[in-house]
Amino acid sequence: MSDIVNLSRRRVLKGTLAGGVVLGLHVGGMRAAFAASPLASANGVKTVFAPNVYVSVAPSGEIVLVVHRSEMGTGIRTSLAMILADELDADWNTVKVVQAQGDAKYGDQNTDGSRSIRQFFQPLREAGGSARQMLIAAAAAQWRVSPSSCRTELGHVVHAASGRRVSYGAVAEAAAHQPVPARDTLKLKNEETWRYIGKSLPIVDLDDIVHGRATYGIDIVLQGMTYASVERSPVYGATLKSVDSTEAMKVPGVLHVVRIPSVPLPSGFRPLGGVAVVATNTWAAQQGRQKLKLDWDLGPNGTYDSGAYRKALEDTARQPGKVVRNNGDTAGALKNAAQHVSADYYVPHMAHAAMEPLAASASFANGAVEVWTATQNPQQARTTVAQVLGLSEQAVTINVTLLGGGFGRKSKPDYVAEAAYLSREVGAPVKLTWTREDDIRNDYFHAVCAQHMEGALDAQGKTVGWLHRTVFPSITSTFTPNVTYGAAGELGQGVTDMPYEIANVRCENGAAQAHTRIGWYRSVYNIPHGFAQGSFVDELATAARQDPVKHLLALLGTPRHVDLHALGVDYPNYGASIDEYPIDTARFAAVVREVAARSNWSRALPARHGRGIAVHRSFLSYVAAVAQVQVADDGSVRVTRIDLAVDCGRIVNPDRVIAQFEGAVVMALGNALYSEVTFSHGATEQSNFTDYRVARIDSVPETHVYIVPSKAPPGGVGEPGVPPTMAAICNAIFHATGTRIRALPVDSALLKRA
Amino acid sequence: MELIVNGVHHNVDADPNMPLLWAVRDLLGLHGTKFGCGVGACGACTVHLDGVAVRSCVTSLADVQGKPVTTIEGLGNGREHPVQLAWKAANVPQCGYCQPGQMMQAASLLKQTPKPSDEQIVEAMSGNVCRCGTYQRIKAAIKAAAEQA
Repeated sequence: MSDIVNLSRRRVLKGTLAGGVVLGLHVGGMRAAFAASPLASANGVKTVFAPNVYVSVAPSGEIVLVVHRSEMGTGIRTSLAMILADELDADWNTVKVVQAQGDAKYGDQNTDGSRSIRQFFQPLREAGGSARQMLIAAAAAQWRVSPSSCRTELGHVVHAASGRRVSYGAVAEAAAHQPVPARDTLKLKNEETWRYIGKSLPIVDLDDIVHGRATYGIDIVLQGMTYASVERSPVYGATLKSVDSTEAMKVPGVLHVVRIPSVPLPSGFRPLGGVAVVATNTWAAQQGRQKLKLDWDLGPNGTYDSGAYRKALEDTARQPGKVVRNNGDTAGALKNAAQHVSADYYVPHMAHAAMEPLAASASFANGAVEVWTATQNPQQARTTVAQVLGLSEQAVTINVTLLGGGFGRKSKPDYVAEAAYLSREVGAPVKLTWTREDDIRNDYFHAVCAQHMEGALDAQGKTVGWLHRTVFPSITSTFTPNVTYGAAGELGQGVTDMPYEIANVRCENGAAQAHTRIGWYRSVYNIPHGFAQGSFVDELATAARQDPVKHLLALLGTPRHVDLHALGVDYPNYGASIDEYPIDTARFAAVVREVAARSNWSRALPARHGRGIAVHRSFLSYVAAVAQVQVADDGSVRVTRIDLAVDCGRIVNPDRVIAQFEGAVVMALGNALYSEVTFSHGATEQSNFTDYRVARIDSVPETHVYIVPSKAPPGGVGEPGVPPTMAAICNAIFHATGTRIRALPVDSALLKRA
Repeated sequence: MELIVNGVHHNVDADPNMPLLWAVRDLLGLHGTKFGCGVGACGACTVHLDGVAVRSCVTSLADVQGKPVTTIEGLGNGREHPVQLAWKAANVPQCGYCQPGQMMQAASLLKQTPKPSDEQIVEAMSGNVCRCGTYQRIKAAIKAAAEQA
């Protein structure tokens, strides 16, 4: 949480704050420096009052709200600004929202892990509220009345007793001389008086988007700009033996061919290396690139083959692994079970395939570089660019555009460093645009995962033993050599955090070597683990001959907080306090009951139709999904309806929360039915939307999202909808056909009517 | 090469094989038309040629000589097109990147089929990918625009 520190009157920033006050804001334990004012002034606003890095008020009354997290479709530029505007009591129709550059003074900017509202709801309330309190104090001092006799009303301070009223702009300068409210004297609004928080407001970029005026990373134009396209090896860790650029240089418009050095593995956030063609337009660069003659040494990953790798992972999953949770005597329970259930699950690599391919524009001059790009993590982009170019971070400026999707890929700034490097090498501004083929071949792939599960049922059908073994290449392998086991946070996404009330539980992790770049993709390891866990629970229900909803509720057991630490589990809880965000089985049960009630769970369906349910907690939110499917005689699956019940704690913009869950359903459906990246001879066998299949409008079900009202602290919204939806779809297929889907994407050949 | 884009005539010095997409974006500086796949498989680059939706990434400059091209910047010809109004009313966009292509496709559909059935909407729009997953709202917005028209 934040501490607001008075830096007032000791420093004035670059003359933009004549007589102004600046406050430091410590957010989430990171020291934040001060002053949004350079940014605000760059946008043409003369700032008088900039009490923290997020808020400033100009003499004209214009209010600038700085949003420091990246907009990739979640609506975060709107939601964060709503929090600031609400506590500031500003008029939403007149505030100006400005995107922050990458700078540690803003606190954590890594827009990832469904954390923006969770981490910044309270700090931004305090940032807005402290500014409002200073504006009140300034007006009260002028009127010689008590601040407590004043209130605010949409950008004005009002003294009701005397009927006086003054705009924020008119007291901005005086407010800058007011002391910063101490934390214990800060008076935030009562939630009954919130104007914006909890209301569905349209996103601030809506009008620009529908008129084609919104600026994404790919849309930047710089004076004297050149255009680059880079040929990289599709094999991770390949090195270049030779380059023949003779023919490429003959293509009209081609200006330069530049070699980007490769780096030792693992490559982390650094560029993979390759050969860039720089030209007068994008198409010429792409044409030139096709004429390059490159000879690669494929290196240690040149034999990576998905078929062989799957078999190796599945073999590992059948053997005992490293124990990561062990409660009771699971081996004994399995041995003595009245009924023993076992299943193996497989989830392939997937690619992010955000609609905007990776793009960055950079201008290097006089030992410094300025970049404009669609990045989820501008501070990491700054660090990586500085490392690759051998600059100090102060010599690197990262401007953040809108992102045409992200899903985790745009937290990895390899492409940003490529653009910066190329600008320096060619001595001109460069726009780098990845092709779709580049985007898929050189992704940071969602990890392949093989899992083995066993369950023990007693004579009454109660589950008394649970074994979950998972094997996958860890994301850590992309950054640290010789990593073969999963990180605690990866295993805490649907393995060790298993919430069900089962006496004997054992979770194990087998070793797997990575042969490509592994990265986080929306919902991350909850994708395979949520699929397997949610599917296996349904298999247990079938074995117990119980209705899946009743079985789920029984398995959740006594309403309680699952104390994983007491159970000996190393569980990071998505970086949040387990006291503030416990694993609460009552919240699980509540979303299960809600979705069952809303989805007409018990209503009969025709033959070859089925319903399935699954529930999953991820990113601190609870989501239950019911899927309804129809399976044709040829085995093709049509998902006709999805119902989601969601408890994600307190929410800011309900319509955007619903939109995120609607979108998660579509991504989950694509993951379950269509999407798969396979490798052969070290390279992906897919390269575009022609062969990397994603959900299209023809496969999208009627979707209903029910938000369970909650005053719990905010949980995640962007990611938690995906995992239970995948399992619910596959469970529905079972209930339609009697065939279990244990490997993704769904193989419709298994579902043909006999 | 002579291009007619949003009613404006341009002479550009470019290879006739250059896709219209890159001419519009890099040579004319109209960035509302988006690059998504380069092979006509995602619809992000959709523009109108003679009033009909085409994928500009697989349409060469030679193919559009002397023919009127409309991009998202010219949709509605100075006024907001019904699909733009409907898109806003339904809060369709998430990241928004694919939406110009979606709206150009939808506008072309409504011009040819003013009151499309659900099946006609799905058929016309299934070439346009949205990774944010706004499809349900796209369907609703097209129906709303059809009713307004």
